[in-house]
Amino acid sequence: MLELIFSDYTFRIVALGTILLGIASGLLSSFVTLNKQALVGDALSHAALPGIVLVFMIIKVKNLELLLLGALFFGLIAIGLTNIIKKYSKVKFDSSLALVLSSFFGFGLVLMTIIQKTPTASQAGLNNFIFGQASTMLPHDVYLMLSISILVILLIILFWKELKIFVFNPEFSQALGFNNKYISLLFSGLIVLTVIIGLESVGVILISSLLVSPGVSARQWTNRLSIMVVLSGLFGAISGFFGTIISAISPKMPTGAIIVIVLSVITILSILFGSKRGIIWRQIKNKINNHKIIAYQWLNNSEINSLPIEALQFLTKKNYLAIQNNEYVLTNEGRKLIDYYKEAQE
Amino acid sequence: MNDKPYAIEIEDLTVAYDIKPVLWDIDIKIPKGVLMAVVGPNGAGKSTLIKAMLGIVKPISGKVLFFNTPLKEYLKKISYVPQKGSVDWDFPTNVLDVVLMGRYGKLGWFKRPTEEDVRIAKEAIKKVGMEDFMDRQISELSGGQQQRVFLARALVQEAEIYLLDEPFQGVDAKTEKEIVNILKELVKAGKTVIVVHHDLQTVKQYFDWVGLIFTRIIAYGPVEDVFTEANIEKTYKSRHNLTLKEPFKC
Repeated sequence: MLELIFSDYTFRIVALGTILLGIASGLLSSFVTLNKQALVGDALSHAALPGIVLVFMIIKVKNLELLLLGALFFGLIAIGLTNIIKKYSKVKFDSSLALVLSSFFGFGLVLMTIIQKTPTASQAGLNNFIFGQASTMLPHDVYLMLSISILVILLIILFWKELKIFVFNPEFSQALGFNNKYISLLFSGLIVLTVIIGLESVGVILISSLLVSPGVSARQWTNRLSIMVVLSGLFGAISGFFGTIISAISPKMPTGAIIVIVLSVITILSILFGSKRGIIWRQIKNKINNHKIIAYQWLNNSEINSLPIEALQFLTKKNYLAIQNNEYVLTNEGRKLIDYYKEAQE
Repeated sequence: MNDKPYAIEIEDLTVAYDIKPVLWDIDIKIPKGVLMAVVGPNGAGKSTLIKAMLGIVKPISGKVLFFNTPLKEYLKKISYVPQKGSVDWDFPTNVLDVVLMGRYGKLGWFKRPTEEDVRIAKEAIKKVGMEDFMDRQISELSGGQQQRVFLARALVQEAEIYLLDEPFQGVDAKTEKEIVNILKELVKAGKTVIVVHHDLQTVKQYFDWVGLIFTRIIAYGPVEDVFTEANIEKTYKSRHNLTLKEPFKC
């Protein structure tokens, strides 16, 4: 079965498409999560649904470009609405996002139910836009997803430094002479593009997780932005690949759901075992640090040879002390430890 | 002497957030080569003044000139140290990388820092005494170290005018002295340095110029002329009045 899939040209193209979509949204998710905008993609994608259905009601055929234009139009209206609510009312930003998201999505579902009664709609596979289905995508649609993904990836590489400083310290970036309006527009544009091209393969409900999970997972493994972004791109790619392969093996399986499950597994593992911030590693590090502090206090506060025997044994075991001519003496490790904490206290 | 342009010339500057006026009709002329403190009570508009000068906050009216040049053409020659709280110190980056950001303005769009930029950044890090912390995660820095890093980032901008927003916030006495010394060195080299400052006690010791503001500019000029009991009282009085006006408060 697998061989059949790998030798199939259409499947290879679809897999390549979802992998590139995964990379693009994964790269972007690092910036999105660092900029605390995890919910924006969510609002955008949910709000896109009525746009897709309305356009279909008008043109009555499945023309992906036009459907996505409708999605784009409604997504932008939704984002505009949340900004207006934020600016002119006292409603908090997260609440306004949730309000807009759910009302647009509800409207989209109502429209969807109305057109389900017409035979063309189910043929066109509009349902796929809700949960996502990559394996039945037309080659033409896949090429669109593929080329825009590549565009997004290239733009992120090109504007790397600008995006970094915009997310880290926007005031400073403005003071350096970069117009934050342009960077912000670019950033939003990248989010919008990624969400829109992922609508058919991943679906309006779950596409936003591709803009959050890879970034959150990657952050657990590194303290460097460049590595974080590469990792999040990799996580996105892995989930895109598995999403497509599994939904191709069992055709009823929605791609978006598989992608999110794969991503969730990666996220859970990262939060637990991540080498920089993972819960378990931090516990181990804390324990080691506590031992070091106790060792430092012993070494610093008293004459070495007057320490209690348990302390001496502990310090020798940890290699801070060594026995020379029947006396305990400080090792290089021990001296380093003392210097380190003395400096830290200054 | 008189035809020498001022380093900074602010005319009729007014800024408001929504309907609340923050700065009202500010006029200041600052000569080149001064080390100037901007003092005033909380919410007096000190930070806003700096931000308006840099175009981060858009004023309702007024103009700012640097050596007779509008901001847009002069921006690349201005260094900025924002308040420490303006960044997320949990951001995944290290000391060298943050200081390198100071070079971004000179690089412009798209271009990546060169080896020369890295060299300049490392030099600035040495200058602020952080050479042992080049690769240190910024989340692991103390308050004083964070300010040193910000100062180094401003130094690599290689500017003529330095605008610092509370560079002594959360800083130990030793770091404060060292920062002041670096600022004094800059002034000696002919740079103009403006510092939003909180501690009235140290104004005379650190600065040669001072501006007292409370929404309006109360007074500005050389410290010995302007930093008087009367002016200080006037600057901080507006708040006293507020509390005194409430009846039966005693």
